[in-house]
Amino acid sequence: MINTEVLEKKDTRSGFGAGLLELGRTNPEVVALCADLTGSLKMGDFKKEFPERFFQAGIAEANMIGMAAGLATGGKIPFTGTFANFSTGRVYDQIRQSVAYSEKNVKICASHAGLTLGEDGATHQILEDLGLMKMLPNMVVINPCDYNQTKAATIAIADHHGPVYLRFGRPKWPVFTAPDQKFEIGKAWTIQEGTDVTIFATGHMVWKAMEASNILESQGISVELINIHTIKPLDNEAILKSVAKTKCVVTAEEHQMNGGLGDSVCQLLSRNTPAPVEMVAVNDQFGESGKPEELLDKYGLGTENIITAVNTKEWIADRARLKPSGRTETF
Amino acid sequence: MKTPQELKDIVSQVRRDIVRMVHAVQSGHPGGSLGCAEYFTVLYHNIMDYTPVPFSMEGKNEDVFILSNGHISPVFYSSLAHAGYFDKSELATFRKIGSRLQGHPATEEGLPGIRVASGSLGQGLSVAVGLAQSKSLNADSHYVYALMGDGELQEGQNWEAIMYAGHNKVDNLIATVDFNKQQIDGSTTDIMGFDELRSKFEAFGWLVLDMEGNDVEQVEAGLNKAKEAANNGKPVVILMTTEMGNGVDFMMGSHEWHGIAPNDEQLASALNQNVATLGDY
Repeated sequence: MINTEVLEKKDTRSGFGAGLLELGRTNPEVVALCADLTGSLKMGDFKKEFPERFFQAGIAEANMIGMAAGLATGGKIPFTGTFANFSTGRVYDQIRQSVAYSEKNVKICASHAGLTLGEDGATHQILEDLGLMKMLPNMVVINPCDYNQTKAATIAIADHHGPVYLRFGRPKWPVFTAPDQKFEIGKAWTIQEGTDVTIFATGHMVWKAMEASNILESQGISVELINIHTIKPLDNEAILKSVAKTKCVVTAEEHQMNGGLGDSVCQLLSRNTPAPVEMVAVNDQFGESGKPEELLDKYGLGTENIITAVNTKEWIADRARLKPSGRTETF
Repeated sequence: MKTPQELKDIVSQVRRDIVRMVHAVQSGHPGGSLGCAEYFTVLYHNIMDYTPVPFSMEGKNEDVFILSNGHISPVFYSSLAHAGYFDKSELATFRKIGSRLQGHPATEEGLPGIRVASGSLGQGLSVAVGLAQSKSLNADSHYVYALMGDGELQEGQNWEAIMYAGHNKVDNLIATVDFNKQQIDGSTTDIMGFDELRSKFEAFGWLVLDMEGNDVEQVEAGLNKAKEAANNGKPVVILMTTEMGNGVDFMMGSHEWHGIAPNDEQLASALNQNVATLGDY
């Protein structure tokens, strides 16, 4: 059983703010740009301590991305901060030409991603950003799962030379990863080993998948739970190794089915070792106003939905039920 | 430093390069390129302080140039070659497969002298502002030069950058607008009128200078005046009046030659109008 006793809840955006502040103290080349959302992005401490390295871009995201490309050209390591919607779709061509194609060392840091933004509604709840960003050559795409992992990822991406999209969120969420972990880009984290099914989860949905795994285990299903915090580059080796054992997959993410983690996993599997996959993701819909938990449930991203996804694959359940004790391979 | 006559000879060679490059692949943008030949020549030979070899992407302690209207790549490439960034023989690869001289400027192939990709319009000024800020952080007293098209100013991102630079007094930036009053579909006056740009830039807190762009002596005087005006609490913009297609009579004064290539006969005529040569590539 995974320990799901919640000691503390913190927002992942605060993990970003803490990581950025630490970078400010340790790396003089790090600069930060924000488009009128300093408080929401938790960039205030950096701004206060390093005012000369903080650039207030105003509500002008296209110019902010261009300026970041210019600062990177001059040898700086710029971190841009705004909501995920304004960090991606609004400035896609600026990122494509001035950052990704131009191979600029810009870190695009995006908060309030997905449904858990809540009451502001669908205008702000971007569910397409991972897809937009992963399609761009040269772009690294990271979606950490809790405060500590977000902080560690923020610090780690400063050492990666090249464009990075770092996605995090608004709500207070359980903190369950180690406080002083070393974040390795592109390296999946196996939370629990199992034999019947692999759940690949990213972002806020990792916590949901942990809860689901425990319930499934009580139903006699052995879950291998793997956190894919880096959507691109994908940890192909870890995914293929796990699926070689479990032979079936559920993916979980706070994103559209099209273009997200599930999509990447399916591409990998279909070209290597095809396996049945259920995707827990938003199915071609826009969100709406509501509380984060209400929205996750309504749009099919609740703990129950992960459990259902595993049980929907009848043969997954059958396999677990048929499995004689002490044997892991029945067919 | 080059004399006015030496500059004029380089301008003639740059014009020859432009029409030959575009003719060779029957594609590219000669009109705007020809109109900016004097600007590039004066900028790279008598204004900017830079080291072409080895090329430094960061450009620390040197002046740097950003081209926003990337479609005038022929004049950019020719000027970079004559400035010593790479051998002029490479101009023969323009727009051909495997070349470092992409249709629009790019960094991916590693062509020295290019610091950012451009072509999708309206992005260069923002990059130039960021570079200017990196120079301020580095206590580097060199300048950032940027060239934009006038039609390109219809892109909203420019006005974000103009507002930002004015508000934040980015005064180590010298922008130039190629004010040829032409764009693909016709004159800028007809399409989205800018009969004048001065009041717009001034309203955003910029220092505005005017310059005749098709005369090397006036360009040199204008760019030197801009340098003197810099570092005074305002970004500087030069409204540079040029004639699209300048130097090739049948291309002049019309938007028709924005993005089409001359045929063999037209090429011969264009070369006959620009006879001074330093040796064709």
